[in-house]
Amino acid sequence: MPPTVSLSRNDWTLHRKGPIDQARHNERVKEAIKGNLGEIVSQESIITSDGKKIVKVPIRSLDLPRFRFDRGRKNHAGQGQGKSKVGDVLGQEAQGQGQGPGKGKQAGEQPGIDYYEAEITIDELAALLFEDLGLPFLKPKGKALVESEEVRFDQIRKSGVMSNLDKRRTIRENLMRNARQGRAGFGGLSNDDLRFKTWEHRIREESNAVVIAMRDVSGSMGEFEKYITRSFYFWMVRFLRTRYKQVQIVFITHHTEAKEVDEDTFFNLGESGGTKVSSAYQLALDIANERYPASEWNTYPFHFSDGDNWGEVDNQRCLDLVKALLGRSNAFGYGEIQEGGRRSPSTLMSAFHQIRDPHFIGVTITKKEDVYPALKSFFSTREELPKVAAR
Amino acid sequence: MNPEEVRELETAIGLIVEIADGMGLDPYPVHFELVPATIMYEFGAYGLPGRFSHWTHGRAYQQIKTMYDYGLSKIYELVINTNPAYAFLLENNTVLQNKLVAAHVLAHVDFFKNNAYFEHTNRSMLETVSINAERLRRYEFEHGRDEVEKLLDAVLSIQEHIDNNPRLRHGAPDEPIHRRRLDPPSTPFDDMLRLGEAKREEVPEPRKFPAHPEKDLLLFLADHAPDLEPWQRDVIHIVRAEQLYFLPQMQTKIMNEGWASFWHARIMRELDLTESEYVQFAQLHSGVLSPSKRNVNPYYVGMKIFEDIERRWDEPTDDERTKLGRAGGEGRAKVFEVRQQDNDASFLRNYLTKELVEELDLYLYRLEGDKWVIVEKDWEVVRDTILNSMTNFGQPYIVVEDGDYRRGRELYLKHQHEGDDLDLDYADKTLKYLYQLWSRPVHIETIVDGKSTVLTYEGQRGRAEAVRR
Repeated sequence: MPPTVSLSRNDWTLHRKGPIDQARHNERVKEAIKGNLGEIVSQESIITSDGKKIVKVPIRSLDLPRFRFDRGRKNHAGQGQGKSKVGDVLGQEAQGQGQGPGKGKQAGEQPGIDYYEAEITIDELAALLFEDLGLPFLKPKGKALVESEEVRFDQIRKSGVMSNLDKRRTIRENLMRNARQGRAGFGGLSNDDLRFKTWEHRIREESNAVVIAMRDVSGSMGEFEKYITRSFYFWMVRFLRTRYKQVQIVFITHHTEAKEVDEDTFFNLGESGGTKVSSAYQLALDIANERYPASEWNTYPFHFSDGDNWGEVDNQRCLDLVKALLGRSNAFGYGEIQEGGRRSPSTLMSAFHQIRDPHFIGVTITKKEDVYPALKSFFSTREELPKVAAR
Repeated sequence: MNPEEVRELETAIGLIVEIADGMGLDPYPVHFELVPATIMYEFGAYGLPGRFSHWTHGRAYQQIKTMYDYGLSKIYELVINTNPAYAFLLENNTVLQNKLVAAHVLAHVDFFKNNAYFEHTNRSMLETVSINAERLRRYEFEHGRDEVEKLLDAVLSIQEHIDNNPRLRHGAPDEPIHRRRLDPPSTPFDDMLRLGEAKREEVPEPRKFPAHPEKDLLLFLADHAPDLEPWQRDVIHIVRAEQLYFLPQMQTKIMNEGWASFWHARIMRELDLTESEYVQFAQLHSGVLSPSKRNVNPYYVGMKIFEDIERRWDEPTDDERTKLGRAGGEGRAKVFEVRQQDNDASFLRNYLTKELVEELDLYLYRLEGDKWVIVEKDWEVVRDTILNSMTNFGQPYIVVEDGDYRRGRELYLKHQHEGDDLDLDYADKTLKYLYQLWSRPVHIETIVDGKSTVLTYEGQRGRAEAVRR
């Protein structure tokens, strides 16, 4: 006896369990990106992207882990078209590509790690990154620059366009006028009762700020040091341009001599030679004094270097110049890059240790993942602490 | 499909059922349902319609959907092992495609009904998973979505570790032991001072807990995890019950797909197809059966083995006639016997012959440097490696060795190493999930590069330590 069968077709349009769980998965991807910002920020593919395109960022740990065999160390079975022989190459392992220099644990070395590639635009990534960053110790200064114009729809007037008539207020005016004349109720609307919604232009004001970005391009700056500097300044410039429309950025490169350069040169320059950091600080101080008077500008000098300076004499000069700069700046940021934390302590950073000013922010970067924490420590919004009398 | 095509399909299905019946297939009643692609992918992602929500299902859904949208792959059919069986057909397939799928499905249902490994399957699983999903929704309402998700993440990470032979389970369930210990000696001279006394009675060694190594991790956790709430134990039971349902399907993948392909080809040949329909059928058929460089295509290998069995029992060689007593002409009876008695492992062990391995051009490959290279073509090695990879469904065999490790209710697992090392990165992370469930330190003993090693997670961070012997 053949079994009974039936065929039917129903309306499935309201069924959407899959998309709901898919949305939850996407949420987890976002969370994972947020959790791995440190690793993602210093990805080479991002720094070298033109800024608009979608980047693929590898995310670990999105897969549910389980006890499983090490796939890279196992034999697997496959099937040929009839002529396969021992030694035939089936394909290349695709993982482990597109990793920047200085990355400790590459995907390719560890066959066990599965990377999930999430797609995200640089802007989305920037929004996540910059969520709680801001310029520290920002003060209102000088004559304010126009930051943005905004239109707010919150005014009421007696004349205006009919389409903007505020009916509620108009009726109320009518009722009140009738009441004044001893009549209760609505009626006899006159031009005098009409009320219109209208708008107002507002101008939001923002303080002036200038960031002086200094970059060490001397011979001692290796691939890693250059990479970190570029990575940091890439995000810094992006951050400043997104958040503060009126921030000016001055670019300075230096080896034994310092010079002001344009943005392109700043990011692409590779030179060699010795290092005299004081030259950059002197130039920064000169530019600041000349073009950005302290009374009108919030000033933020930043400097990235491997800390390998010409000698103790120049370190001392640097110290003096930093103090001078601090005297007229809101904060001074110094990032010292020491790959793997290997260097001797006789670097610029050790000279700066004597500075006790909270406006001096020093950060040591030893690996790629430190870029994001560095951004966070330089650009965490801080307020001036109330002055406490010395004990 | 327009209504006219639906009617055509309906007629064809009636015919297909009759042909199948004439050939000896014996399926449950089948309800076919035409659904849009999105629904097909959803069911494919969840394994069963109406199953509980989890982001891993969402991810599977997204993957399947993307593959479809880019034209990379397509699910043609989905059949649910219940009585009556449910089969889903894509409504934008052609009539011919759906005819083939219907024939394929009937053979699947025949397999579900008659294969020994499906004997204990819950045949009303659709209702069960709906009830389970409803329970989980209630728990989400009572305890919060995040709590339930956190728990599910942990339970799903070990969901494969259940006992696939529940009927063979040993005796009474294990009771947590009552600890008994000798009074510790108070001075080094205790034994001398007691020289004259009568010898104290030997206290027997504390009974082991569990008495036998326990393969069913989920059951063990549900029964004995120290701090879980009743609802959390229930969630473990839900995951376990659903996993048990899927086990026989995992166990018979090659046979099941081979059986369905074997029969859909035969049934389709009986249908009165036009020339263009026949070309369509041939394209689809060869697409499904195309060999895969990196995997064993279960449709192809399974079908080839069934065809080979039929041939060898229909026309035995003289050797087989005299030595094995095969009379010949028994091919049909033999394939039905195999579909009833075997699972993938025994199927391959008994019927994947030297000639077949060569004809199918099966090989082994591995990662050498950054290239995947073919390393073995010897038929016995190839067959045995495929067989080994089926042991415990390709999952590491892990048992609970001690549920009261170090007398502190710590969990000590043992990986029964059979040649392949664990992925340590994943193992570390899985231990964290186990810790979350067990809420005491968890350990797993395994072998890494030939050395016995214990991975431990004690709440802060996992550390690997070598077992001292």
